[in-house]
Amino acid sequence: MSKDRKAPGLLDPQILLPAARDAFRKLDPRQLLRNPVIFVTEVVAAVVTLLFLRDLATSTADAIFSGQIAAWLWFTVLFATFAEAVAEGRGRAQADSLKKTKSELLARRLTAGGATETVPATTLKVGDVVLVSAGELIPGDGEVIDGVASVNESAITGESAPVIRESGGDRSAVTGGTQVLSDEIKVKITVAPGSSFVDRMIALIEGAQRQKTPNEIALSILLSGLTLIFLFVCVAIWGLAGYSGTVLSVTVLAALLVTLIPTTIGGLLSAIGIAGMDRLVRFNVIATSGRAVEAAGDVDTLLLDKTGTVTFGNRMASDFLPAPGVTQSELAEAALLASLSDETPEGRSIVALATGEFAIPMPKAEFDAVIGFAAETRLSGVDQGKRRLRKGAVDAILRFAGRTEDTAPSEFRRDVDAIARSGGTPLAVADGTTLLGVIHLKDIVKPGIKERFAALRAMGIRTVMVTGDNPVTAAAIASEAGVDDYLAEATPEDKLAFIRREQQGGRLIAMCGDGTNDAPALAQADVGVAMQTGTQAAREAANMVDLDSSPTKLIEIVEIGKQLLMTRGSLTTFSIANDVAKYFAIIPALFVATYPTLDALNIMGLASPQSAILSAVIFNALIIVALIPLALRGVAYRPSGAASLLRRNLLVYGLGGLVLPFAGIKLIDVAVSALQLV
Amino acid sequence: MTLIGWLQISLLFLAVLVVIKPLGLYMARVFSGERTLLSPVLGGLETGLYRLGGIRPDKEQSWLSYAVAMLVFSLAGFVALYAILRLQAHLPLNPQGFAGMAPDLAFNTAVSFVTNTNWQNYAGESTLSHFSQMAGLTVQNFLSAATGMALAIAFTRALARSRVATLGNFWVDMTRATLYVLLPISFVVALAFVAMGLPQTLDASVTATTLEGGQQVIALGPVASQEAIKQLGTNGGGFFNVNAAHPFENPTALSNYLNIFAMLSISAAMVYTFGQMVGNRRQGWALITAITILLVAGVAATYWAEGQGNTILTALGLDPAQGNTEGKEVRFGQAMTALYAAVTTGLSDGGVNGMHGSFTGLGGLVPMFLMQLGEVLPGGVGSGLYGMLVFALLSVFVAGLMVGRTPEFLGKKIEGREMKFAILAILILPLAILGFTAVSAMLPIAVASVGTAGPHGLSEILYAYTSAAGNNGSAFGGLTGNTPWYNTTLGIAMLLGRFAYVVPVMAIAGSLAAKVKVPASAGTFPTDGPLFVGLLLGIILILGGLQFFPALALGPIVEHLAMLAGQTF
Repeated sequence: MSKDRKAPGLLDPQILLPAARDAFRKLDPRQLLRNPVIFVTEVVAAVVTLLFLRDLATSTADAIFSGQIAAWLWFTVLFATFAEAVAEGRGRAQADSLKKTKSELLARRLTAGGATETVPATTLKVGDVVLVSAGELIPGDGEVIDGVASVNESAITGESAPVIRESGGDRSAVTGGTQVLSDEIKVKITVAPGSSFVDRMIALIEGAQRQKTPNEIALSILLSGLTLIFLFVCVAIWGLAGYSGTVLSVTVLAALLVTLIPTTIGGLLSAIGIAGMDRLVRFNVIATSGRAVEAAGDVDTLLLDKTGTVTFGNRMASDFLPAPGVTQSELAEAALLASLSDETPEGRSIVALATGEFAIPMPKAEFDAVIGFAAETRLSGVDQGKRRLRKGAVDAILRFAGRTEDTAPSEFRRDVDAIARSGGTPLAVADGTTLLGVIHLKDIVKPGIKERFAALRAMGIRTVMVTGDNPVTAAAIASEAGVDDYLAEATPEDKLAFIRREQQGGRLIAMCGDGTNDAPALAQADVGVAMQTGTQAAREAANMVDLDSSPTKLIEIVEIGKQLLMTRGSLTTFSIANDVAKYFAIIPALFVATYPTLDALNIMGLASPQSAILSAVIFNALIIVALIPLALRGVAYRPSGAASLLRRNLLVYGLGGLVLPFAGIKLIDVAVSALQLV
Repeated sequence: MTLIGWLQISLLFLAVLVVIKPLGLYMARVFSGERTLLSPVLGGLETGLYRLGGIRPDKEQSWLSYAVAMLVFSLAGFVALYAILRLQAHLPLNPQGFAGMAPDLAFNTAVSFVTNTNWQNYAGESTLSHFSQMAGLTVQNFLSAATGMALAIAFTRALARSRVATLGNFWVDMTRATLYVLLPISFVVALAFVAMGLPQTLDASVTATTLEGGQQVIALGPVASQEAIKQLGTNGGGFFNVNAAHPFENPTALSNYLNIFAMLSISAAMVYTFGQMVGNRRQGWALITAITILLVAGVAATYWAEGQGNTILTALGLDPAQGNTEGKEVRFGQAMTALYAAVTTGLSDGGVNGMHGSFTGLGGLVPMFLMQLGEVLPGGVGSGLYGMLVFALLSVFVAGLMVGRTPEFLGKKIEGREMKFAILAILILPLAILGFTAVSAMLPIAVASVGTAGPHGLSEILYAYTSAAGNNGSAFGGLTGNTPWYNTTLGIAMLLGRFAYVVPVMAIAGSLAAKVKVPASAGTFPTDGPLFVGLLLGIILILGGLQFFPALALGPIVEHLAMLAGQTF
């Protein structure tokens, strides 16, 4: 499963120090133009600074006040750029560590002299020849130039039965990441494994190249609109106040404007987006577009491959069905002995079933001959005394026993048919010419997966299992795993058609895949996750790559996407709700000189008009810093329905946003007046 | 506040709630082009009108051509009305021989009636001929209301349909709104008004002998017919200058009840029509709930504030139990005046049965704030509905993100394009209200029109632009509006409030209509439950409050605090 990369601590000086430097670099107005709210803040800060200089020159007492307002307005801008710089710094640190670790996949490359050397798979070049033995993963896409082997390609095809790959002919192509089950082959690499994803990822978290995602754009429009409205409001206040003979200084109006415009979310918006990408990297997923991360939160349907996601990648022995006159434990014992030399996962699962559930002791006896499993023979077994035990594919065993299907006992034939019909794989066991019975191999649903699907359902996400199995098998597994729907006997075209159909209905689809034939579907899906072990074509078509090659990762990806959108929404709500308290601080302060009765609106009991305005500005700046950790971490997320999520977030960020600044501004005001800052 | 007062108020809300469903269902049938009870009578007339206008009723329009048709139609209405007002001296039915209107006043009045505002800088009984009232104003009362309804129905279709380029046909929607909804109901209500004693005559006036033996000339005219559409179309423009406070326009407590009932029912039922047409009646009820809560709160606040009375006067020995009686008709009393004031401003109706400027500071704040919330409670016929839906989109956008999905409303994703136009629309109100108020507050020729010293004077200006930009039309009183400055700027505010608002809204409709309707799932934020109602209320209040709190603080709020402190200006 996923090895969580450790996130750098929030106070890691290796990130904070360069970020502080970057924060100043980002003050460049041309860069800030991308963020209208903070840009307006910077312009206002510059204007107030000029006013401060004027006040200083005329040496009025106002200079102390306007100087402090100017300073805190600059801090507001700096805190915002700092937030973005920290997020970028953390993202860059992640990407660097990714580059260092490279891929875990190793290859045994044949040197010119014929010896082998072990090198990382990512360093392979086109034309290299590698040696792959039973149990090893093929390091890259290529062609078998020597040997024959059974290969488990279930990760790509979804078909769990092993396939034969051999040199020459049309069965010579092998795919990176697939596993050799038996024998040894030489593979000539034909496609250079790409490592450019990391570079693309870095581009996504660097501010300059970062493109805004659709929802980020929509939110920016809302924030700019609010900024414009408050600009009207503040300009209008000047005129309205003039009616009653109050002349408001530009400094206090500037302070009011900056506290009203949504600087909190405006300052943290890009940090939230970058942090979302960063969280993905920590799950060992590299996204090649920010849009995909956002789309992940919107996904309505998860298209999951049966093999590796819903079930274990290999079929496993689940039952022994003895022939007439044979007991089940006799069959189990024979199957155990015959499978000892079979190192394939299927062989091991037979041993595990016999020694586990059927409590057959592990034999210590010596054997006269051991016949290992091979792709050509498709059977394995032992000779012991006069016993010649074999287990393997039904036709191979029948041939071994010198029988045909017609001469096999009817019970045996019935069992074989029943297993095949139920979607399982029958293996036969024989002792010489005697057929002992059948082993039932079937897909085993991963433990705990049913609960995850239930959680997804609560989140409103439908799971659809895709399998090459026949409908009967598919239905059986689907109901056992608790998926909402299944696509049986699915060809890549079926997948693509299914995705298109769902998208026609307005649904967003996520899927993962790794085979070349998955590429069109991966490209069509709104969120396409390719396995790192997948083919180059698949990885090019997808918009995310999972370095762990774990198909269940889709679920985490969806959660990260949702968390990203929730964090944005929560901080926007918080930011807007904050304004109520700021009005109660600033409005009485502006007009109390003209209308002393307006002091009734000073419900926080702030010390003086100037300290009220300064406190509101300080609160407005500090809240950005205080919320940086939340923006980077994301708001707490637990899978549940929309209504309960909304209720909780509204309570915390809506009501919290309404109440918190009243306390915060009051506290700052106490400090400001205690320190006699104004 | 009295129990009887509250019973009267509750009974009226109850009566409206009862008609919402049948009327809403009827209108849904009308606008879906289905047969109704009146089809046998009016069907022929309807097809005849289409043939006359060269309209193919089955040919639908895109959002742009729908909006352009609406703009062209409104422009034609403006030109016709302006001409009538200027030329009334040469036109028939002018028994009192009134001269033509001055250009600036005619501009203001024509804009006012075309935009469904009915702001009146003139006194009807001493300025307008019967022809101007009937062929000019009353016609626009029908057409501007029908235009609003058509626009709201087009927006409704955008949310009801999936992946379409068209929103219906403006001419058809407008014709149906007039023929099947406004005309028949107005006919019945006008007869009821006549029965209650409203004049309906082409005579100019009656002469009465007063108790002192003097002669009094009292203006008359086709009052009942204009009163009916004035309320049903949430127009609000009275036949007489003092509107529904005039004994000929609103003679009894019963006629007052019918007034309020008539103005509320169609606009509220439109919300139900919306729910019906988008296939989610619960959505309709959710919006109606939000509207009711805010409206009842508005009534309660006004009723309470007026019931408290003016502490300065009670200190002088006035009976505090009477509350504040200034500017109220005795035959209506506190409760019915508070109810009328809150409903007419929540509604964008603009008729008044008392003088809002004579209310206490807080009592006057409520009608002003209800208008500033965007005229969505339930707002003008049609215009209130699409205004409310823009707020719904905004609420869903801000809060919808908090459930971790791209926000969607009724299965339509709310994205950058919708946000852009929604922002353009909601910018209009603060721009027009605060902009013109601030300029007027500083401009000597504008300040000269103010009738009262102190913060109340600012309230007069603020109220005028609020009423104009919100297309409400009610006046605070005290401000001399018939000056070139106010005629022009209030006219511009009305135009902005109607057309600069609705064009972006129609652009949203076009964008939404083209989107696929995504089926709801457990992950979708439900927009028909109490949580959404609360959220919508929060967004409306916070957005309205944040925009207008400073202005209100300098007007009615400080006025109220000064009254409590015994300070006069």
